[in-house]
Amino acid sequence: MNEPRVRRDFSDGPLCLSGRGVTKVFGLGDKKTVAVDHVDFDFHEGEFVSIVGESGSGKTTLSKMLLGLLNPTEGEILFQGKPRDISSGRKKREYWKGIQAIFQDPFSSYNVFHKIDSVLLDCINMRGGRALSREKKIEMMTEACSFVNLKFAELTNKYPFELSGGQMQRLMIARIFLLKPRILLADEPTSMVDACSRATILDMLLELRNETGMTIIFITHDIGLAYYISDTVYIMEHGRFVESGPADKVILNPQAAYTKRLISDVPKIHEEWDLSTVDLKAEE
Amino acid sequence: MKNTLRQVFHSSKFLVGFIIFALILLTVWLYPLLINPGNPLEMIGVGTFAKPGTYVSLYDAVNTRTETLRLPDADDKRVAYLLSDADRVAMIEWFGIMDIDVSELDATDTDALLDLWFENYDPAIKPKGMTQARRNFFKRLDKSIRQIRSADTLKVMHPEEDELVERSSITKTDYVNVGDVANVKLLPLGTDNFGRDVLKELVSATGTSIVIGLIAGVVATLIGLTLGLLAGYVGGLVDDVIMFITNIFTVIPSFVLLILISYSIGQEQRGASVVALVIGFTSWTWTARSVRSQVISLRNRDHVNLSKLSGHSLVRIIVTDILPYIASYVVMAFILQVSSGILSEAQLSLLGLGPKTTVTPTLGLMMNWAMLYSAHTNGSWWAYFPVILTITLISFSLNLMNTGLDQVFNPTLRD
Amino acid sequence: MGKVILEVRDLKTKYVTRFHEDVYAVDGVSFQIEEGKSLGVAGESGCGKSTLALSMMGYYFPPLHYISGDIIIDGKNISGMDPDTVRKTILGTEIAYIPQAAMNALNPTQKIIRFVEDVIRAHDPKADKKEIRERATARFAELGLPKDVLDKHAVELSGGMKQRTVIAVSTILSPKVLIADEPSSALDVTSQKMVIKMMRELMEKGYIKSMLFITHELPLLYNVTDDIMVMYAGQIVEKGTAKEMVFDPVHPYSHGLMGSILVPEEGTRGSRLTAIPGTPPNLKKPPQGCRFAERCRYATDECRYHAIAEKPFGEGRSYRCLRSVDQLREVYENE
Repeated sequence: MNEPRVRRDFSDGPLCLSGRGVTKVFGLGDKKTVAVDHVDFDFHEGEFVSIVGESGSGKTTLSKMLLGLLNPTEGEILFQGKPRDISSGRKKREYWKGIQAIFQDPFSSYNVFHKIDSVLLDCINMRGGRALSREKKIEMMTEACSFVNLKFAELTNKYPFELSGGQMQRLMIARIFLLKPRILLADEPTSMVDACSRATILDMLLELRNETGMTIIFITHDIGLAYYISDTVYIMEHGRFVESGPADKVILNPQAAYTKRLISDVPKIHEEWDLSTVDLKAEE
Repeated sequence: MKNTLRQVFHSSKFLVGFIIFALILLTVWLYPLLINPGNPLEMIGVGTFAKPGTYVSLYDAVNTRTETLRLPDADDKRVAYLLSDADRVAMIEWFGIMDIDVSELDATDTDALLDLWFENYDPAIKPKGMTQARRNFFKRLDKSIRQIRSADTLKVMHPEEDELVERSSITKTDYVNVGDVANVKLLPLGTDNFGRDVLKELVSATGTSIVIGLIAGVVATLIGLTLGLLAGYVGGLVDDVIMFITNIFTVIPSFVLLILISYSIGQEQRGASVVALVIGFTSWTWTARSVRSQVISLRNRDHVNLSKLSGHSLVRIIVTDILPYIASYVVMAFILQVSSGILSEAQLSLLGLGPKTTVTPTLGLMMNWAMLYSAHTNGSWWAYFPVILTITLISFSLNLMNTGLDQVFNPTLRD
Repeated sequence: MGKVILEVRDLKTKYVTRFHEDVYAVDGVSFQIEEGKSLGVAGESGCGKSTLALSMMGYYFPPLHYISGDIIIDGKNISGMDPDTVRKTILGTEIAYIPQAAMNALNPTQKIIRFVEDVIRAHDPKADKKEIRERATARFAELGLPKDVLDKHAVELSGGMKQRTVIAVSTILSPKVLIADEPSSALDVTSQKMVIKMMRELMEKGYIKSMLFITHELPLLYNVTDDIMVMYAGQIVEKGTAKEMVFDPVHPYSHGLMGSILVPEEGTRGSRLTAIPGTPPNLKKPPQGCRFAERCRYATDECRYHAIAEKPFGEGRSYRCLRSVDQLREVYENE
């Protein structure tokens, strides 16, 4: 259990999602804000990618564009090497079959009027399992729940909000387990759960990737977390990627000034936390 | 759902409003059914504005078995009714003309006054300087004074033999049990200008007005909800167009629009339901605006995004992921629309632009009639005050329910 | 051993829910903080650490109720005082409290100087406006806050600046104890670092004598406080110095908690995070035995029925487990 995870090199593998000069501008004229500013990226099949940035860095806007919920103002997103076409509702739905998401706030991720059963059944139906027998469906749901260490028998007929935040996020992973998309976009899925549940969720995401080979794009503000979990890290500042590459290289040997600052500002346990790098008298 | 309902009924405000409204509805339903059936616009009275009270047919009263009661203050009341203070002053004036010393006389001592009157009055006397009119006045006074002392019995015509026979004699001390009289009409709120029972009319009008309010509320809420959902969820051009229309409707005062539409339809075409539709078509704007803003805040919730990613259709997302969240809000908006629909009808009808007057009464029409026949200037309060009270009570109860719901669904308002 | 500034003895407080059920959120907590020291409280959400902070102020209002125990600040027992006296004589001078959302508590329509006036006048109603301004200017300068902050409105300040301003204002009367409940969790890392640096300066310059720091972020706690105690289900399960607690946790719960630390440092990537399954017990009916037994990998039947007292060991450390320290260490070794 305790052996170090081997980092695989994905840079030669098949491309899953990539972007060229992707830009998003909100507002017009004087109120114009550039949320994402000409970013390039290449996410490979089966890769665990982290996008790290502080609040306001544009990482959530980028994730909405990757999901196809927002259209880029400029630039191109390529899906499996071909330009992504989501111009019509039908094409969008086709694209969404291959991509799923887990969001930050588990409490707003569920429709509070739907029971857990219907959340999971919906996933089976979406995967074309509508015609399956009731027993088969229950078996699939039980399997998905046990994958995330939940007991389906205890969840049936309950509402998601009766669970704790960590359990709700695990149920989200069970959903992904049933849907098996090519790409999973996880937008800070652990920022609102406790440290202990966080470890569980991260392990489950890793296991999910290892079992199904899906690409996981993990959006986070926690550089320690990104270092622990990902193969490749993209550091984002003010809408731009300032640094990217394999996690070990970027975190242990940062080149960009911003990355260096970000790492030095995070409290650590093996080395002294140097408080002198911030100047209280300087304007923020 | 069950839990929510329990919470709603735990709110004292909602409960009070609900009880008042339920009582009003119950009255509207049961009163014509059990107590006073018939056409509310039937004219039962000849003449206008009969006072509230119990009406007894004189003929039937006379024909009813009489009882003799010894009620101690009955005589006093009768004397006071027949001999007013002004009459007493006139009597003393006559004694003055006759040069009788009245310094000892107490004007309130009826017996002494009457004795003195019978001793001294003679219609033949023509005091100097008194006009004929004044003499006639004293003659009339004498006639009415003599009634007090007379022990005449009432004679009743025999119905078959067509001649005057004394069937029974009724003396001053005789009484009739109202319950024994064949034709008694209780008019708790009197009659209106056309001689119609105001209470019966009011109950029927309340029912009609509530129906008008409900139709207007349903129409306004449906239009507002549909446009608000579309504008809020779809956004973009659809939002712009819908908000453009909504803004136009908001800028034009809806009441002016209401008057113009009502006027152009013409009195004959205006039934209660037409008026209700007209009100509904002009008052949906604020429902649309507020539903839109609610939907916009929901649109970016993660569960909606997930539903989109799951490939659900627009209609399905709106119906299952948006609508349930704003349902409580829509119910509250609907209640307010009903309340304002009832008020709008009252305003329109008061101006004479309400439904046609011959089919059913509405609260607004009753106010309109009361105003046209100057009930407010001739003191016939019963023709308009109960109507105002009913309108107030309906809109009070509806608003109370709304506030109660608001407190349940909006945790920041909970105390 | 320094002078004890804050001592809490067997403090018990509860919440009363809308349905009149008691929730024993702080159930027999004892600790002390010496002059110039800081103590950190770690634990999952719902373990009672925020309630502990509220209970510490001696300022109780429903649904929070005091049951028993002592809170002694510099020799003065403030437990059981009536809320009005506490507000007038304790808050601000003896104890200052900074909640996580403190920066949102500032009324956006008022200038910062008005809050300083409020704080000082609550204690000294006759304080002169000019004097207050001088005092505030001096203190703000000491703590590295720009001078013009005093005449700004809260909306004009950034989140980090607001939080630092709130801390400076609430400690203007130099309280003996500062209780900070997640003061930097809503901020980004750079602002967090500035908040922490300012708090450290408050300590070094003697404006506060001791600090109780509450957070769920363990690396932060490790770097900020001298000692750490871990709370679980309303009780303290382990206490020790920061270094001991992070590198040598004894209680299975703290062991699990420390195993979930994520830092961007070499060597942490390969290690495997410990996950603690299950959820904390319902504090309406706390389990009679060890409260962690249901989730503990090493629990035996005895743990479930045997109430466990805090056991001291090492130098001033204590823990709450049926097993001996050596037994536990051996178990962790062999994993």
